[in-house]
Amino acid sequence: MSELSDLYQEVILEHNKNPRNFREIADADQYADGKNPLCGDALRVYVAMDGDQIADVAFKGSGCAISKASASMMTQAVKGKTREEAEAIFDEFHKMVTGELDIETDDNDLGKLRIFSGVLEFPARVKCASLSWHTLNAALHGEDAVSTE
Amino acid sequence: MAAAKPVSTWDVEKVRRDFPVLSQTVNGKPLVYLDNGASSQVPQSVIDRTSKYLAEEHSNIHRGVHYLSQHATTAYEAAREKVKRFINAPDVKECIFVRGTTEGINLVAHSYGRKFINEGDEILVSQMEHHSNIIPWQMAAEERGAKVVVIPMNDCGELIIDEYENLLSEKTKMVALTHVSNSLGTVNPVKEMIATAHKYGVPVCVDAAQSVPHFPVDVQDLDADFFVFSGHKMFGPTGSGVVYGKRKWLDAMPPYQTGGGMIRTVSFEKTTFAPIPDKFEAGTPAIAAGIGLGAAIDYINAIDFEAAASYEHELLEYATERLSDIPEVKIIGTAAEKASVLSFTIEGIHPHDIGTILDQQGIAVRAGHHCAQPVMEFFDVPATARASFAFYNTREEVDKLADAIQKVIEVFA
Repeated sequence: MSELSDLYQEVILEHNKNPRNFREIADADQYADGKNPLCGDALRVYVAMDGDQIADVAFKGSGCAISKASASMMTQAVKGKTREEAEAIFDEFHKMVTGELDIETDDNDLGKLRIFSGVLEFPARVKCASLSWHTLNAALHGEDAVSTE
Repeated sequence: MAAAKPVSTWDVEKVRRDFPVLSQTVNGKPLVYLDNGASSQVPQSVIDRTSKYLAEEHSNIHRGVHYLSQHATTAYEAAREKVKRFINAPDVKECIFVRGTTEGINLVAHSYGRKFINEGDEILVSQMEHHSNIIPWQMAAEERGAKVVVIPMNDCGELIIDEYENLLSEKTKMVALTHVSNSLGTVNPVKEMIATAHKYGVPVCVDAAQSVPHFPVDVQDLDADFFVFSGHKMFGPTGSGVVYGKRKWLDAMPPYQTGGGMIRTVSFEKTTFAPIPDKFEAGTPAIAAGIGLGAAIDYINAIDFEAAASYEHELLEYATERLSDIPEVKIIGTAAEKASVLSFTIEGIHPHDIGTILDQQGIAVRAGHHCAQPVMEFFDVPATARASFAFYNTREEVDKLADAIQKVIEVFA
């Protein structure tokens, strides 16, 4: 299925099947709920802070492969980062999936997250990839809930 | 010597040629359009009629004394007459043009509610309604101090008729009921349910958005009080739709929107309203869309609609059979009487992923909650994928759907 390779790459399918940090954090400092009312995706992102550093981050919920894999890889990317660093990655990620950042030509620290540049070809799925990031951002800012609508 | 009677009288290839959109390729594959429940495609005759209006006949209606205005008015009112015959309404004045089913039900709920629903009253709404036949009634109930009561369904997606009867009482002021469920495909026994409601003197508002494109309807035979549908799901343009209402209700109901074209006299002290249908048609309507809807009805009348309905029914049965053969697929909505809609889930694969991968095969389906969140909740799924058929779909397209679903399963294996 070559035509799908840009979106449903092995890595994404694997994270969908075995999401990392897919759990609750009992003593989370903050959590936020993210919902995509159009498709019913619903995630809760938990954050445990150590001062300004994200000591632990995890998520629970249900969603499509793209949203689940994105959440899974997000937790790996921001764990141990400072709030500011996490926000910088979110900013780059957001720019990548909305086409404002070209991973080939623009400097970025997205690393493995570059795999989600494929959603650009699938406008209806951009919200799936970014839901967990918006939810994390809400949690870091002490907000309870975000919606993609 | 007489020719042998053909097995099927439906020439699907001929019909397909009437719909220009169907001949394109999507993602390098021939388009397989299975999202008719969301919006159907438009035949060339409707495109031509709408274009002709815009090119040669456009003017505002019911206003001018000049040639074009009279011409446009005549064409628009001719479309209304076609609607009347299409649903067998007793009187053309009982056919109100609206933008679509949503606006139509809002009109009924708002206007009927203001006049006839009072504190402590109840509105029965079935569990399988589209949001557009739930929320307007919730709003009316909230405004009038009334209550929305749910007519439950069983695990097949059929309304439980005994419970329905038990819910009807002197408090009931309206039954809001879909003719065909957009998310499950269930064909409800509306004629019998209307007769039951009428025993209690309760009117019924039928959401017919998903029924009129699929089989002939007769509002007098059904004895429907309100019968609401959209043009764009029955091969017409978006922005067209109809509220049929019995005169006894419409005459008594206050206007929904007010403004130009719906008055008799206006002064700053007092306004008197025009008779139906004008009373409910404030402002300049979607004239081209209304005339296009008339052309869509002409198209349906020109084909053998009964044959189309039975062809479509066979197609749905074939699709049900093909998808039932795939062990990972679960069909949501297994009512004995169904039309056009095949909702399904695949174990462990989100419907949005199904939708995207099918799209890559050129197959258009809907993935989501279908504006029927209570139905999704009932079946305990966040969403479904939905294939919805029209008389221009083919068995080959059903085969492509089944093959593509196999591919989805392979990708996620």
